[in-house]
Order: sequence, then structure tokens, then C-alpha cells
Amino acid sequence: MDASVTLQRLTERFGDSILETHSYRGDDTAVVKKEDIVALCTFLRDDGKLLYNFMMDLTAVDYLGREPRFEVVYHLYSLRYNRRVRIKAGVPESDCSIDSIVPVWIAADWFEREVFDLYGIAFNGHPDLRRLLLYEGFEGHPLRKDYPVKKRQPLIGPIN
Amino acid sequence: MSEIAKDLHTEHMVINMGPSHPVTHGTVKFLVTLDGETIEDLKVEIGYLHRGFEKMCESGTWYQVFPYTDRLNYVSPLINNVGYALAVEKLIGIDVPERCKYVRVIACELSRIADHMTNVAAGGLELGAFTAFLYFVEARELVWDLIEMLCGARVTTNYVRIGGLKNDLPDGFKQKTLEVFKRCRVLWSDVNKLLTKNRVFIDRVRDVGTMPAEEAIAYGFTGPCLRACGVPYDVRKANPYLVYDRMDFEVPIGETGDNFDKYLVRMEEINQSMRIVEQALEQLPGGPINVDMPYYRWQSKDDIYNRIDSLIFHFKTVIEGIKPPPGEVYLAVESGNGELGFYLVSDGSGKPYKCRVRPPCFPLTAAMPRMMKGRLIADIVPTFDMINMIGGECDR
Amino acid sequence: MGSIKGRLGALRRSGQELLDSGEAERLLGGSVLFTKVESVVNWARKYSFFLYPFVTACCGMEFMSVAGPKYDLDRFGAALPRFSPRQADLLMVVGTISHKQAPVLVKVYNQMTEPKWVFAFGVCAVSGGFYDNYATVQGIDTLIPVDVYVPGCPPRPEMVIDGLMKLQEKVAQERWSDWPRGAAPVTDEAKLTEC
Ligand code: SF4
Repeated sequence: MDASVTLQRLTERFGDSILETHSYRGDDTAVVKKEDIVALCTFLRDDGKLLYNFMMDLTAVDYLGREPRFEVVYHLYSLRYNRRVRIKAGVPESDCSIDSIVPVWIAADWFEREVFDLYGIAFNGHPDLRRLLLYEGFEGHPLRKDYPVKKRQPLIGPIN
Repeated sequence: MSEIAKDLHTEHMVINMGPSHPVTHGTVKFLVTLDGETIEDLKVEIGYLHRGFEKMCESGTWYQVFPYTDRLNYVSPLINNVGYALAVEKLIGIDVPERCKYVRVIACELSRIADHMTNVAAGGLELGAFTAFLYFVEARELVWDLIEMLCGARVTTNYVRIGGLKNDLPDGFKQKTLEVFKRCRVLWSDVNKLLTKNRVFIDRVRDVGTMPAEEAIAYGFTGPCLRACGVPYDVRKANPYLVYDRMDFEVPIGETGDNFDKYLVRMEEINQSMRIVEQALEQLPGGPINVDMPYYRWQSKDDIYNRIDSLIFHFKTVIEGIKPPPGEVYLAVESGNGELGFYLVSDGSGKPYKCRVRPPCFPLTAAMPRMMKGRLIADIVPTFDMINMIGGECDR
Repeated sequence: MGSIKGRLGALRRSGQELLDSGEAERLLGGSVLFTKVESVVNWARKYSFFLYPFVTACCGMEFMSVAGPKYDLDRFGAALPRFSPRQADLLMVVGTISHKQAPVLVKVYNQMTEPKWVFAFGVCAVSGGFYDNYATVQGIDTLIPVDVYVPGCPPRPEMVIDGLMKLQEKVAQERWSDWPRGAAPVTDEAKLTEC
């Protein structure tokens, strides 16, 4: 019961932009529209009954062959109430971008850069969107499902 | 003096520290803009140890991920093993036997001891306290002997399995552990005497790298670095997994979040971890260490050689891999550096669809510029030591 | 007299043999040592490696142990790490080398003065290990020449010490003509300056 407080509050407030909720294995999850992500995150952080002050993790998943193709996944934690929630926002390949949540949690900075680097999802309004783990000049985004495991792009060539 | 200095022509100097630099253990590059010795700007560049962890996980079976998790935070590999195993078990819905839980707790805490010892040893070394390094490396060597007894390897353990463990505790483990801890305590107090009241050490670390609690939370700090700021968040207490709720231990916290506090928190955690191991060894129940679910955890070698059904299950789990039901889970454990989270997505096939790790030292490294601006260049060394950035985990 | 003459003749005929047998020293009353400059220099070199630890990954943990009190590399004269490549002559490549790191490794190698040796520590440095993907270099010998390969993930300290002794044997066999080796064959200035 306690677990669903977050989802309840969210649906009350953002009824239209919540596409789906579930609590598989006790993990509260809300799938939301990507347009509202910043407003939603601000609400989650500031609402007196939620207070999600930790942005624990931010990543993306590539569901190749599904629409929308990408999903950006946020894991939040509330120290005050000791609760966790997962927010997911679908990002279609045709419009491969989502608003940055750096203004809400500064911690998101590098996480967003990493997702941009490995998945190629752009974050609108990010202060410094560059590759993080790979180097400038790397072509493509290796964690996309259509990037072959063995494909190599060395910076300098081998001996022979 | 200041009158003269006003007219002097000065320029900012840009210095490149790393990626192969003695203090950047692990591989990271700092681009430091200096005004005299004061840091005006600091840019951190990581990724020099990016080895494609997730891509490798996605191309193997669920079992084959274990060796890769060893090499995430290679200072505390057993915690990574346990974290991953717990996440997969949550995905499947397995609860492991009691004895297994206790042994996992022992394994985790041994790893944590080795982790903190390595961190303090390396930190001391880089500030010129070579003796402290030698003492703690000796102590770590002893703990590694225990880990070797447990699983046959010193660093890359690969010990935990989904739904169980590779093997039970070896004979005489308890006895050996108590002996080792006795020696470790002596070495611990030696290091404590060498560093904690050492004027040179204190001057280098106190009031350096401070972080207000609010900001630390906003930056996503966890683990000893967050606790040093005075926030008592520890996953072992907040969401107890395994049998941590039955253990009697304290979570040390600091006040200002400077490097000295981080050091003190780590030193105290070594003690607490030793207490936990001793309690766990005391309470250790008998019984099996593996779940009895042949689809997920293969049965004993005896059965596999002698019973046809066991053989078939073994064959299927090895060749095709186990098949957790479709779904997604996130599970966090407390690693040496903070909250280590695993976010797994299964599509019902034999391979992980997504195997994401939340690396605890990633946000810590990202906060380096915030901690360092306006400080002296020499302060980079202790600050970077005390956030304990581990390349394998940060870059994956 | 005659016999000494005869022996000096033998010395002329096969100097090396006599050198090795120690006969010449005995003839001169044991107060003189005959050897080749090359062997003396090699002997000195093999017991005074100045190593440059290029530590990147998990193998570094074992490297700490090897250098630490229990295994103690100092016994082999290789305990003094130099953090400037120009002062070092043994490049220890400890850990995984990613493509992003590769130009740095080559640069460090080229900055070292000759003679220099390369020690591939761990299976990642040897062959890329089990990281067979877009990010990892498949063995540092695709970039720079390697003298000793020590596989293992990570290698135990005993293996490392064994590898070091192998390297000492190798150094003892070297000829003047082996040096200099020159820059690493992959050096591509345009690309190297980028990093
Ligand atoms: S060889 Fe193994 S232990 Fe060494 S760096 Fe590679 S993965 Fe790590």
C-alpha cells in the first residue's frame, strides 16, 4: 500500500501523461510521456509527500523493432520516505530527443551524456552534451542493438 | 607586496593531468586551468577504461555475466557478484537458503574490508605515507588469503551463482578468519596511529573536498562519501538485503564531508565489517547453499553424474542458459563506494536484454570540479583518492 | 713458457671459450676479470629495471601486491617506479587498453629512452582478454613491441616474478646491435596529437 503512494500521487496530478503503471516485483514503475518529464520530475522532487531527492540512475534501453524504439529509464530514491520509483519515457527514433533533467538534479549531467554517447539520444537543454566514454570521431552508438559486437573503430591502426 | 602583485602580468596556465599519471589510479584525465596554484577550472575526462561491459553482457548468457561483474569494481568483486545474483534472483523470484545468505554476507564484508584498506593504503601512499601503504597491503594480503580459501582466486572471484554459491565455506575457515582478524586489528591500529593524528596527513586532508549534505545528495553521492557529509544512508540499513537486518553494526557518519571525514568513515567501516563477519560466522546455520530449482541452479555434481534428469537440466542450463521471465528489476546493494544498482531487463530468452549497472563512483567523479574549484592544485590528489574512483566501475 | 705461449695461442683461436672457462683469469693470478663489455652492461641492466607502471585496470591490484611487502619486487632490482617515461626503461602495461587509451600508450612508449622493454601484464594487455568488442585493443602487441607476455586474469604475483626473471634472461642475451628499436611502428603524429 505504502508502495503505491507515489504512483497514486502521480496519477492524481499527471493523469493524462501517465501511460501505464505497474509494480512488477515490488518496483513501482510509471511510463510517462516524454514531453512532461521535467515537470513530472520537479513534482517528484518537491512534493511534500514524495521528496525524491536522489536521482540514482538514468539509462536507456533500445527495444529495436518496437515503437517507440528507445526508453529512457530514471531511478529515483527518496531518502525521507525510503521509497524508490522508476520512471520510463519512450523516445521514438524519428524524434530522438528528450528534455534534460539537469535543472532538477545536477547528478543527471554525466548520466545523460553517457546515454547520448552510447545510445545517441539527445537531451534538449543539457549544458554540455558531448561524448563521455568514447572519443570524438567514433561513429555510431555502440549500445544500440543494431551495432555489431565485433565492429571496431580504432583510433590508431595496428602494426600491420 | 600586494601592490606589486597587482601590476604583475599573470596568465592562466592549463595543465593536463593524466590519463597516465601516478595519482590518477584508474585512468582519468584532468584538464586544470590554474591561476598560480589555484584551480580556476577543472574538466574531468573519463572513458579510458571503457570496455563495453553492457555489450558483452548482452551477448552472453545470464551466467556469463558474473566474470564481467568481477571486473567492475575490482577492489570489491564479491559485492558485485552478490549484487548481480540478487538482482537476477529478484527477477526470477527466488529466495536463497539461509546458509547461502550468511556466506554471502561474509563474502561481501571481506570484500569491503579489502576495499577500504586498499583505498586508505593508496591514499596514504599518494600523500607520502609509504609505511601506512605497506601495513595495509600486508593486511589486505591476509584478507585476500581468506578470499582465496573461499573461492580459489584473489582478485577476480566469480564466486556467487544465481540461486546459490559455487561452493560452501572451506574447512577451518572460521578459525583462519579469526586469526587473520587478530592480525588485521593490530595493523589497523598501527595505521590509525600513523595517520589519524599525523600533522602532515591532517593538513593535507582536513577541510579539503568539503561538500554540504544537500549538495552531496543533489550530486548523487552515496556510500562513505555521503556518510562523511553526515547523511546516514546505507543500503544495508535502509533496504536490508540478505541477513543484514540480523546483524548488529553501526553506520559511521562524518560532519563536514571533507577528506578527513571520508578517511575516518572508511577506517571505522573496516571495524564494523569485521564485526559483521564475526557475527555471521557465529550465527551461521547449516543446510544447503543452493536453491532446489534445477531450471536455474544446477544440482550437485554427484547428481549430475548419476541421475538422468539432473544431467538434462545441467545440459540445458549450460547450453541455453537460464531463462528468467520477461520483466525488469532494479536492485541496489551497498558496495565499497556506495549504492551499486543493477537494472536488468529480460525478454524471456537466455540472454540479458539489458544489464545496466549504476556505478557509485560515477557521480562522485562528476562532482570533482565542484569540489576542486578555488582550491590548490595539490588538493586534487587527496580528494581524488578519497572518492576512490575505480576505472572499471566508472567507465565500465 | 712454451705452454703459456701455446695457451695464448689457444686464446687467440677461440677467445670466447677461454673467457667462459675462466682460464685466463687463473693465468693472471686471479686479480683480473675478463669479460665482454656487452655482458657487463647487460648484467647491470637486468638488475636495475626502472619501471614505468602504466596501470589501467584490475591487474593494478595485483601489481600493488607484487610491489608490496609480501612479494617484493625489490629483490629483483625492479622496485623503483619512475613516473616519467623518460627516466624509465621497463614499460609495465598493467590492464586493459581501450582504443581511447591506445594513443596515450604509444606516446608513452615513444617517449621512453632506449634501451627499453615492454612487459604485458595480464591477459587484457596480452590479447584483449575476454573483452572482444568495439572498445578494447586486442593485445598491445598490435601497437608496440612486447618482450614478455604474462597472461592470467590477473596473473598471480608468482607468475609476474617468473615473467620478470624471464625478462632478465632475455636482457642477458642481448647484443649491441639490438638497439635502438626506434619508434613504435603505428605512430601517426596527426592522430597522436589529438589526445
Ligand atoms: S587481465 Fe583480467 S584482471 Fe587484468 S585488466 Fe584484464 S580483465 Fe582485469
